[in-house]
Amino acid sequence: MSVRHALLALLSEGPKYGLQLRQEFEARTGEVWPLNVGQVYTTVARLERDGLVASDDGDEPGPQKAYRITPAGGDELATWLRTPPAAEAPPREELVIKILVAARLPGADVVQIIQAHRRHLVETMSRFTRLKQDAAEDDLGLLLVADAEIFRLEAFVRWLDSADARLRHHTPAAVPPAVPSTAANDAAATAANDAAATAANDAAATAASSAPTTRRGTGTGARAAR
Amino acid sequence: MTTAILELRGVTKVYGSGATEVHALTDVDLSVRAGEMVAVMGPSGSGKSTLLTIAGSLEQPTSGEVLVEGTSFAGMSAGDRARMRRRHVGYVFQDYNLLPGLTAVENIALPLELDGTRAGKASAAARRVLADLDLADEAARFPDELSGGQRQRVAIARALVGDRRLLLADEPSGALDTQTGEVVMRLLRRACKAGVAAVLATHDAQLAAWADRVVFVRDGVTMDQTGPAAGPESLLTADTPR
Repeated sequence: MSVRHALLALLSEGPKYGLQLRQEFEARTGEVWPLNVGQVYTTVARLERDGLVASDDGDEPGPQKAYRITPAGGDELATWLRTPPAAEAPPREELVIKILVAARLPGADVVQIIQAHRRHLVETMSRFTRLKQDAAEDDLGLLLVADAEIFRLEAFVRWLDSADARLRHHTPAAVPPAVPSTAANDAAATAANDAAATAANDAAATAASSAPTTRRGTGTGARAAR
Repeated sequence: MTTAILELRGVTKVYGSGATEVHALTDVDLSVRAGEMVAVMGPSGSGKSTLLTIAGSLEQPTSGEVLVEGTSFAGMSAGDRARMRRRHVGYVFQDYNLLPGLTAVENIALPLELDGTRAGKASAAARRVLADLDLADEAARFPDELSGGQRQRVAIARALVGDRRLLLADEPSGALDTQTGEVVMRLLRRACKAGVAAVLATHDAQLAAWADRVVFVRDGVTMDQTGPAAGPESLLTADTPR
């Protein structure tokens, strides 16, 4: 768990007070990942219980209590830094599920649903880019965190672009029953939210072979570019 | 008071006719203010490059109108259009397009000289824009003595020389790695801060994210655009998009 190891890393520089731990954690992640003070104290209390951190006296956890890392804590940190995160088994991505559902939902405007997500992702990327733009050149923590978020979000945009192109070239196997398109858009969103977990496996298995339609126009109702 | 430096009104571009007719752009409206950077984002073949060449009058629209700093290209003679283009519009391409036999400062001075500015004056203007963009050290170097990122920055300087206020860039960091691309984008942002209006055509979301506004193009239609810019502080409360 990253907060736990981030706190160990801060303590590996020397003993620190609880409040100091929180401030330094936030400063080094560019204040993009805010941490509440309770989270610091519960985490550090668990580290102490596990023998990875020690404190000087038996005071209650609080801002004035100083902590230091133990040799076992140092070993734990060294091991963690070299352990690859579990990237091989990705979580079920909600965005992927939504597009899979939309691709087979009769009457859903997949192009518009993809675009709604694309726009939201690019808007978020813009905010991180602005954060980077305004950052001091030596604010390494913030620049690294902003880069990481931008790359992560970009991966989704690229996936949406590729989904868009794939759906465009996909020939529908069968014509589904017609559903009024406005209702279908709502239905797509609802279906994606409510039925995501159960529909995901089914959709994943069959979307490629039975997506009902590839293109339904480019959305004349979209906001005009002015 | 904000002025529109570039305005596209109902721009449509059709290539060919009859059965082979291709609608590259359909009824595109776009307005870009001084100091604003707009990214036109779309896949290959979406019409974004056509939009850029029409905005810079390298091509004429089938219908609709293009205005640069309030002046319409419509009805102008080819010569007047070329003059207007040289004085008001700067281009940046993915492959830089610098002339290999000329130094950086000579490359930058060239468009001014072609437009009738005396060599000494053109060279002084070129040095000024190089200094403004922190590129003074590159002035005497030839393109093959510059890195890709430096070449692109010189190309941006050339696009801006002579106080041109409209900059059109097609995938300006396309051939560069992420860090070098960022340096180029920071430079473009700086130019916009000084009052330049910039339009970038790109398929790259990272690049588009540097713009104040992203317009999405698909099948020659501007289908959508990003909302008003939210400040970075909104990141602290925003739910992570998935």
